[in-house]
Amino acid sequence: MYKILDKSIIGADEMILNMGPQHPSTHGVLRLKIVTDGEIVSHIEPIIGYLHRCFEKHCENLSYEQIVPFTDRCDYLASMHMGHAYAMSVEKLLGLELPERVEYIRVIVAELQRIASHLIAVGVFGLDVGAITPFTWTLRDRERILDLFEQLTGARLLYNYIWPGGLAHDLPPNFIAKTEEFLDYFEPQIQEYNNLLTTNKIFIERTADVGIIPVDVGINYGVSGPTLRASGVSYDLRKDEPYSVYDKFDFDIPVGKGDMGTVGDCWDRYWVRVKEIEESVKILRQAIKSIPEGDVQSAMPKRIRPKKGEVYSRYESARGDVGFYIRSGGKNMPSRLKMRSPAYCNLSILNEISAGWMMSDVITILGSLDIVLGEIDR
Amino acid sequence: MTSIVDTLISQLSFLGIDSQIIFIIAVCIPAISLFLVMSINAMISVYMERKVSAFMQDRIGPMEVGIFGFKGGKKFWGGIGQTIADAIKLLSKEDIIPKDADKILMTLAPFIIFIGAFLTLVAVPFAENLVVSDFNIGVFYIMATSSFGVIGIILAGWASNNKWSLYGAMRAAAQIISYEIPIGLSFLLPVIVAGSLNLGDIVSWQADNRWFILHSPFTFVAFAIFFISVVAETNRVPFDIPEAESELVAGWMTEYSGFKWAIFFLSEYANMLVVSLVASIIFLGGWLSPFTLFNVLPDKWLFLDGPIFGFFWLLIKAVLLIFIMMWFRWTFPRLRVDQLMYLCWKVFIPFSLANLFFISIWELIF
Repeated sequence: MYKILDKSIIGADEMILNMGPQHPSTHGVLRLKIVTDGEIVSHIEPIIGYLHRCFEKHCENLSYEQIVPFTDRCDYLASMHMGHAYAMSVEKLLGLELPERVEYIRVIVAELQRIASHLIAVGVFGLDVGAITPFTWTLRDRERILDLFEQLTGARLLYNYIWPGGLAHDLPPNFIAKTEEFLDYFEPQIQEYNNLLTTNKIFIERTADVGIIPVDVGINYGVSGPTLRASGVSYDLRKDEPYSVYDKFDFDIPVGKGDMGTVGDCWDRYWVRVKEIEESVKILRQAIKSIPEGDVQSAMPKRIRPKKGEVYSRYESARGDVGFYIRSGGKNMPSRLKMRSPAYCNLSILNEISAGWMMSDVITILGSLDIVLGEIDR
Repeated sequence: MTSIVDTLISQLSFLGIDSQIIFIIAVCIPAISLFLVMSINAMISVYMERKVSAFMQDRIGPMEVGIFGFKGGKKFWGGIGQTIADAIKLLSKEDIIPKDADKILMTLAPFIIFIGAFLTLVAVPFAENLVVSDFNIGVFYIMATSSFGVIGIILAGWASNNKWSLYGAMRAAAQIISYEIPIGLSFLLPVIVAGSLNLGDIVSWQADNRWFILHSPFTFVAFAIFFISVVAETNRVPFDIPEAESELVAGWMTEYSGFKWAIFFLSEYANMLVVSLVASIIFLGGWLSPFTLFNVLPDKWLFLDGPIFGFFWLLIKAVLLIFIMMWFRWTFPRLRVDQLMYLCWKVFIPFSLANLFFISIWELIF
């Protein structure tokens, strides 16, 4: 458990401020213990665990199929990514080859999910710096993706769709057409967000040059995903270690260039996410054009009982590098499952980059890290 | 310009009762009507704010509550009774005072803020001859009373015994006191040109010459500075750092609920109305119609400029300014506290001072 903050390091002018777990902008049930001198923050201690559900321990008592719904509940804003990451690790353990159609559908839902997740990140970041309208606009468009997923899986948030070895079921007949319709509607909307928020002078003032993550510090803390790419590192597993069928698509990895300030500031992290939405649209357009026919459950094993052994597989989720380590004891349940949570590593850098900034900037920096507490606490 | 109190005293004198009692009646009637103005303004403004924000955010806003069975159309008049329902809800809520709070100060604070807003409204003319008290130093009085509320804010923040409230109160105090200065300096331009601190005289100068916003480039800049500063003074986005929702929960209002919170709300919207009215009176010609500006109207239409329509014109201008404030709120992010202070002390105040200097030269030349 956490240690009570050492009182001796608090100067006479300093005050401990307890932010959360019930606070409008800690993105869930994060608690921050902030040592402040007036408005200036000198030390932050994130306290996590309010959403701990013993995910990893539970998994040791569940069969491989039963774990799938639990993975959805880790990153509830990008459930498809979690399901996909877990399914990939089990398939690697079993050594399964999947039909082409399954991979294409997985890429389509994963990229739709990435758009949905980044829309939340972008909108909530606007909310954190005080702009309320971008949030409702991004939620409006995310709603359409959720409608698509509802049509696909029957659920809007926790889908239980991507199973080890295949998918729960095939696409509904008009899903591809609806996705295309959504993309045609959605692409011009990105420009609208930019007009409303990205180029707003106050927004730039608030976010540029704030909370800079230098490359070496970021890598040392294990930061990944858009948060690391904003610091100028072109590191994306979809490109560097292509899984699924990502090597068949043509897309770029947006990296932070410091357009409005220093490389790796909050504005860059925001901008990388907006750019990634555009890249996801690009991937989706290619994927729905070339999706092959086939049976989505042909490769699915009747029962999953891998041989003794262990496996670690990585996946690029909306928040970064998700890893699943599974050790099999030869039973139908994993003897150990460990999940690497990207948001957990991203959150760990908070104290490093926000010391010395003001109270308002802590909120901005936290928002730019785009954490999901379900995934951090597991 | 005669005030309502004077008019009432002379009108009621035929009753033949004691002049003391007549005086009390003549003071009470405007006081009660001012309170009504504040309440009705809050109700209408809140409804307007909710609908304006809804349309800006692709929503439809309140839709369910009607008045007397009237539920209105599909869009704008949908939830016309919503604010009345909200007000009743707020008044019937439990009034929570935290255990460690300073009970007396915490109860006192909303009323001080309310008194500040109320006192300001006393000197604001709603049309020609429609002012509760016609001060000869009206501008100065409004300046003084509009900063009255900051005492209440500091009390509220301190008495709540909550760190968030304290943060909010300290930010609010710093902000309101700082932005008083550019507001005062911008006020001085029309005062210099018109040569009077009386709001009625300032409007009659505008009737004789032209609206102050069009008088010279410097008065235009002064209007811009004034308007942005009053947005800061009323703690609205992008200057809402004292109650910054995503940072300070609700700032100095965090621990308040029910009736006391309703009074905060009432005062906030009353302040918005006051600053919009004052901006319209001083810079936008007050109760003068826009037609006089261009002399486009034939003589028989000149009644549009008359005393009855004066109230209407002033209200239109004020509502327009309130709308712009709402527009700000639902478009802009929030400034940081140091950026806010930078804007005030390093941009607005030097510009206002330069303005003051140049308008004097302008007046000498032209």
